[in-house]
Amino acid sequence: MRNLLRWETALVFLLVVVALTGQVSTDGSFLSGGNLFYLGLDIGEIALIALPLTLVIVAGEIDLSVASVLGLSSALIGWLWNAGWSLETIIPTVIVAGAVCGAVNGLLVTRLGLPSLAVTIGTLALYRGLALVVLGDTAVADFPASYTSFGTTPVPGTDIPYPIVLAAVLAVLFGVALHASSFGRSVYAIGANEEGARFSGIRVKRVKLSLFVLAGAVAAIAGIVYTFRFSSARADNGLGLELAVVAAVLLGGVSIFGGKGTLFGVLAGVLLLGGLRNLLILQDTSTEVLTIVTGLLLLVSVLAPSVTRRVASLRKAAP
Amino acid sequence: MDRPPVVALDEVSKSFGAVRALSGVSLRLLPGEAHALLGENGAGKSTLIKTLAGVHRPDAGQVLLDEVPQRFSGPADALAAGIAIIYQEPTLFGDLSVAENVFMGRQPLGFGRRIDVASMHARTSELFSRLGVRLDPARPARGLSIADQQLVEIAKALSFDARVIVMDEPTAALSAHEVRRLFGVVQALRAQDAAVLFVSHRLNEVFELCQRATVLRDGEFVWSGPLDDETPDSLVRRMVGRELSQLFPKEDTTAGEVLLSVQRLTREGVFTDVSFDVRAGEIVALSGLVGAGRSEVARAVFGIDRPDGGFASVRGKRLKHGSPTAAMAAGIGFVPEDRRQQGLVMDASIERNTALASLGRLSKFGLLRRSSERALAQDWAVRLRLKFSRLSDPVGVLSGGNQQKVVLAKWLARKPSVLIVDEPTRGIDVGTKAEVHRLLSELAGQGVAVLMISSELPEVLGMADRVLVMHEGRLVRELSRAEATEERVALAAAGQVDS
Repeated sequence: MRNLLRWETALVFLLVVVALTGQVSTDGSFLSGGNLFYLGLDIGEIALIALPLTLVIVAGEIDLSVASVLGLSSALIGWLWNAGWSLETIIPTVIVAGAVCGAVNGLLVTRLGLPSLAVTIGTLALYRGLALVVLGDTAVADFPASYTSFGTTPVPGTDIPYPIVLAAVLAVLFGVALHASSFGRSVYAIGANEEGARFSGIRVKRVKLSLFVLAGAVAAIAGIVYTFRFSSARADNGLGLELAVVAAVLLGGVSIFGGKGTLFGVLAGVLLLGGLRNLLILQDTSTEVLTIVTGLLLLVSVLAPSVTRRVASLRKAAP
Repeated sequence: MDRPPVVALDEVSKSFGAVRALSGVSLRLLPGEAHALLGENGAGKSTLIKTLAGVHRPDAGQVLLDEVPQRFSGPADALAAGIAIIYQEPTLFGDLSVAENVFMGRQPLGFGRRIDVASMHARTSELFSRLGVRLDPARPARGLSIADQQLVEIAKALSFDARVIVMDEPTAALSAHEVRRLFGVVQALRAQDAAVLFVSHRLNEVFELCQRATVLRDGEFVWSGPLDDETPDSLVRRMVGRELSQLFPKEDTTAGEVLLSVQRLTREGVFTDVSFDVRAGEIVALSGLVGAGRSEVARAVFGIDRPDGGFASVRGKRLKHGSPTAAMAAGIGFVPEDRRQQGLVMDASIERNTALASLGRLSKFGLLRRSSERALAQDWAVRLRLKFSRLSDPVGVLSGGNQQKVVLAKWLARKPSVLIVDEPTRGIDVGTKAEVHRLLSELAGQGVAVLMISSELPEVLGMADRVLVMHEGRLVRELSRAEATEERVALAAAGQVDS
């Protein structure tokens, strides 16, 4: 617990460092309202998906199919829109479809006992493939401005984009669920010792299934946000986004082995990752470098806990 | 019989941390003899075998081969010196042929350093014929019965010119027919002047096969000698032979209504047709050897495993199969065998562990009331006299005995009407042990039905109102408190029926 607190303190410190360097190196435009608005837009989907994924990873599982669910939702929106559905019906339908995608992952993991890594790599390809089947390589872009402005204008009187408001509301819900509810206790117990949780009467399979369903539903919500933000429904929307989301969650101090991590840390991780990427974009860095940076951050966040542990044990060994 | 021993252990001691597994144990294996190694669970047999096998290095004393002290730095050394171990369930390479398994790493080479398959098969067949058995050297090892896998291991041992062959409970998984064949192989080995060390809990097999025996108890050498003048009873007495002191006897209670009833519960290949009742105020012990199926029965009753037949009921209401939640709702609490893996979440705090089975009643609208959680943990910590510094400390920093108290607290907090405890005092200090015994006795006094699984006979005899003995997945004996003696329980556990 104390180690985690230290990790989160370090994250906040790093955030300040990134903000200050950004501010200095860009002559003050990094922390300007306009840039913060775009930073917020840029991390909206990552922040959204990171919330349920945090719970999934704390429970000792993983869901790599989230970005494909995002793409599938986007394709569904375009297809249903072309078919003449109203957006009021499309939105709930797509969220349910996302939940179904999550349920498929969850059932394969809990009922058949397959490792979630293998299952969700499979569905990563499957859902993306379905998205291509649904919409092909066309784009649907004729959505009404009342919806697409959701992704292009800030909340009146502020520089806060709407997706961030949505993410903040969900973050409070997920935070309460993880840290203040009996459900959250079960999630930690499952991640730390699944067998022990089962012997304590926790319905391990049911909890895990519900986490995958949540991840699917929220990924679909992120798909809706993404589609309206770019005013474009495409099957390849959010391609590769799972890398950034997993990196943000692990950077936030969640253990890839389960049982450890806080939602506050993950939010700091999302901000740090988003801030770094934004800063690099401001410096005209190429997207290849962005991917490399994301990958390195992922590696660092997986390595950091074991390195600190080794340092600590060395210190203990040499009194 | 005065030939020098092939291999001997001389005053060997071995400790693991504070636990003394062997202290000053000696053993002499003569050429051409089958020698039985006997003792209860935890007597030190496994440690002794692993010392012979070069897995453990003795802290004191030595291993002598042909009266020459040896220093094995690993199992390979022991094997090269001619000591081979046949484990209960051999681990072969399933995709390789029988012959390749026998000659793993030492395949005969032919022209151009290619493996000479023909000669490998021929030599394997020859080894099998020395053992008097037939097995196709070319077939893959996958799909062989356990008995045949053991034969492959024995052939491998012969290919090393092993002169000492240790068999660790080889017959536990064999059918009667396969046991006969194995005995034939042992006779063949004896005829070739090899020494066989035979570990088994089945005393009738010991008497049939072995000429001499060595008995261990609590890591100490008890007796060694020829079996001619021994009987199963006399051997059991040597194995048990403890003073029945330092016990915390259960206070007498009057048994009330039947709370837990188990009817013809069966899990295929694990246990069969197990039926018994536990009444309010009673402590019923489930006794037997490790692997007799005791813990498995408890797991099935609590819903961890799904039984294939039969059922358990609480107060006459049948429990849903495979649902710990249903068992808990019916009032069952379960203190499992493996504290670290099943009983606790080691990284989580004392209070969180205490609350883990009571999350529902500590929550309102799904939100956990932390004050109630803390109060619960505080209350039980005081009642069970837990030694801790802060309730927010991870449970892993506590001593074994105090960890066990947290597991007990976790279940007692639910006020169970039926409490199943599996090895409740394993690995905990004497003081805490007595506290646990007193606690169980108090619970029974309050009308809780207690089912206790224990491998410690004194604990069983001191605590239990009734003793149920399991042998190879079946309930073979029920003894009242008055009838139960160490000898009777041990004999029944070894599959012997006395009058």
